[in-house]
Amino acid sequence: MHEIVSKEILTDDVYRLRVRAPLIAEERRPGQFVIVQLEEEYGERIPLTIADADSREGTITLIFQAVGKTTHQLGDLKVGESIQSILGPLGKPTHIEKFGTVVCVGGGIGTAPLHPIVQGMKAAGNRLIVILGARTQKLIILEREMRALADEFILCTDDGSAGRKGLVTDPLKEICGRTPKPDLAVAIGPPIMMKFCAEATRPFGVPTVVSLNTIMVDGTGMCGGCRVTVGKKTQFVCVDGPEFDGHQVDFDNMMKRLKAYKSHEDEAHHKCHMETQADLLKEGRA
Amino acid sequence: MSHLSSPNLRQQAIDLLKDLDPRQATLKAKDRIRIPAQDMPTQDPAIRRRNIQEVAEGYFPEQARVEAMRCLQCRNAPCVEGCPVRIDIPGFIRAIAENNFAGAVEIIRRNSLLPAVCGRVCPQETQCQAECTVGKSLKDINQAVMIGRLERFVADWEREQHGVRLPPIKPDTGRKVAVIGSGPASITVAADVRREGHAVTVFEAFHRPGGVLLYGIPEFRLPKKIVEMEINALKTMGVEIRTNFVVGRTRKLMDLMVKDGYDAVFVGTGAGLPKFMNIEGENLVGVFSANEYLTRANLMRAYAVGQADTPIFRGRRVAVLGGGNVAMDSARTAVRLGAEEVHLIYRRTEVEMPARVEEVAHAKEEGVIFHFLENAQRILGNDYGVVTSIECLRYELGAPDESGRRRPVELKGSEFILPMDAVIVAIGNESNPLIRQTTDGLKTNKWGNIVVDDTGKTSIDRVYAGGDIVLGAATVILAMGEGRRAAASINAQLAASP
Ligand SMILES: Cc1cc2nc3c(=O)[nH]c(=O)nc-3n(C[C@H](O)[C@H](O)[C@H](O)COP(=O)(O)OP(=O)(O)OC[C@H]3O[C@@H](n4cnc5c(N)ncnc54)[C@H](O)[C@@H]3O)c2cc1C
Ligand code: SF4
Ligand code: FES
Repeated sequence: MHEIVSKEILTDDVYRLRVRAPLIAEERRPGQFVIVQLEEEYGERIPLTIADADSREGTITLIFQAVGKTTHQLGDLKVGESIQSILGPLGKPTHIEKFGTVVCVGGGIGTAPLHPIVQGMKAAGNRLIVILGARTQKLIILEREMRALADEFILCTDDGSAGRKGLVTDPLKEICGRTPKPDLAVAIGPPIMMKFCAEATRPFGVPTVVSLNTIMVDGTGMCGGCRVTVGKKTQFVCVDGPEFDGHQVDFDNMMKRLKAYKSHEDEAHHKCHMETQADLLKEGRA
Repeated sequence: MSHLSSPNLRQQAIDLLKDLDPRQATLKAKDRIRIPAQDMPTQDPAIRRRNIQEVAEGYFPEQARVEAMRCLQCRNAPCVEGCPVRIDIPGFIRAIAENNFAGAVEIIRRNSLLPAVCGRVCPQETQCQAECTVGKSLKDINQAVMIGRLERFVADWEREQHGVRLPPIKPDTGRKVAVIGSGPASITVAADVRREGHAVTVFEAFHRPGGVLLYGIPEFRLPKKIVEMEINALKTMGVEIRTNFVVGRTRKLMDLMVKDGYDAVFVGTGAGLPKFMNIEGENLVGVFSANEYLTRANLMRAYAVGQADTPIFRGRRVAVLGGGNVAMDSARTAVRLGAEEVHLIYRRTEVEMPARVEEVAHAKEEGVIFHFLENAQRILGNDYGVVTSIECLRYELGAPDESGRRRPVELKGSEFILPMDAVIVAIGNESNPLIRQTTDGLKTNKWGNIVVDDTGKTSIDRVYAGGDIVLGAATVILAMGEGRRAAASINAQLAASP
């Protein structure tokens, strides 16, 4: 049982929970995630990124958007209530070292998993350019935290309600065109955004890391449900990832696989669930 | 084979027993051989296709006694040679014939910890029953004494009478042992080590313990209640079970000893890495590993529509690729989830199929369509990336390979298309690499299996391993046998180092 220590509503339906998970808080590294299950009899297992952790107080921070049954229930929990099971930390940690200049792009709720990576890259002595994007101003999260860490900070919204009007790929291309060009790009957000970020950096030869959030069951490499095609090879996101070379990922196949349960919409009960799995990723990641 | 109703089978046995019981002691071998083998009462195929309850219902007591009277009590007991854990088979069968069921269980329990499980899932026809004199005399292995069904019968009888029996536990030694995984190998180690008075913690990655017995083998073949009772027995013995704990990530193996003070570790993490065929189209929507399909159905209870939050893909036409127990379980699960047609596609012939004979027979009765000497070579999809069909190739059997099995050879130009909307890849499992990747100095072989010596010890001091992580995908009984051996070594090591 994992007690909820604090709860905050970041925007409309985006929540930040701090929950007690001392072992995970101690072992976790940037880039890793957990699998959460609210109820062990019939509950589903959903992957959520670890947005932050405090090993002294033994808590981890989860940021997610309530889009399906489980994330809605999670959002309804109150401080003092508990989550039945949290498994982790899972996945390979982000490779962090001093690269030089690192440009980090966060789209929508993808900003949450980006946050610990930016922290880590900063601590390793990199110069950091952070680009955050969202459909509209009120969907931007962690702006204050990111501004504090970034050496250069750019905000974009689709409707121009904050920062530049336009897509994150515009400033990303400009930055890649600078001399010297950045040494590394990290892009986390909806699959379509990551796909276009990878396309944006490709002509400049800037290595680009993306973090994938596929459908998962076990999260330990046992089922292969999370598999993606990376450079013609099949990889399991939960154990080989979640981070991959964005220039090698077959995003089109991944986006189709995310919709795997869409056609089962007639099963009214599962409707909610499928929206968790697919729309979550359309919107960003949890 | 037509389906005989359970009351019929019972009445037949009652009639036979009336005749046999009074002259039991004087029955000659030729009399015994003439006693008809007792059929297993099963659910009607037409009904069971739509439910997940157990297919084989178990012998009636009268049937068990009649079947037991078929045993010749061979002095050399070839059946025992065929048993991986060398159960005293004639001994327990005689007890059943004599109506001493409690005595029978006691004999089995000397060698096996999980008779209710093994009686159901062991491949008896390649183990004890393959060697049985009765089957050999009748030149039909299906006429061997039904050792597995008898084992299951007395194990179920015991459970219904007394619940699972707990062994006596020695006083606390102050030592503690970590057991990683909770499949049959780990259950055995936990019980055997705890019995000696050592503290035991089982670490399991999933939210429920039991390993493949829980997430892989379906309810209709092994009721989860039985696995839960075994796990509860461990808990009552004082074994601590920590679920949602993945060793290598939540805690590194070595940290369990260095930071958490465990005196020894047993690794029983199984063969949980699904193999794919590496053919075109394998990542299309609607293609699943058997592990994913079965886990969604069993562990996540996706069959309970309306209750379970986890969805499962309901194909109308489902292809299952493979010929082992995993393939049979997937095909029969697909039937139960409402598929209109389930096609099982296997490269060799029925003779070479590694699945238990009983499961193949049950699958046929349930309407699974078998394709022998065929194999998928491509999976085709539509613009949405969803499976629409598979392209297969025909094969013939060529010369025998190193293993003595005749190698399938493809027939050039024999391609044909089968329309499908789901494909389940059930060609086996390899070992999960997580422990290997996160434990320095742990020796593994070229297939990634952990290397152990003949005491079950790995290349690291105080670290033992057994079950599928050592053997590659094998069987429950072998996992249990390896668990026994490792537990004995751990107990000896702890006793020797004060
Ligand atoms: C569908 C299917 C049908 C089968 N049918 C039969 C049959 O009819 N008869 C038969 O004899 N055999 C059958 N088998 C094979 C049999 O189930 C296995 O040989 C046996 O379960 C192996 O036992 P084990 O204890 O080694 O591991 P498993 O039962 O595989 O258990 C391993 C456990 O370890 C856990 N684990 C893995 N890594 C970690 C980690 N890092 N930290 C914590 N926990 C971890 C896993 O979650 C799992 O619960 C079947 C297998 C499958 C998949
Ligand atoms: S080989 Fe068959 S007949 Fe002989 S003892 Fe074993 S079970 Fe009985
Ligand atoms: S989630 Fe099952 S293998 Fe990745």
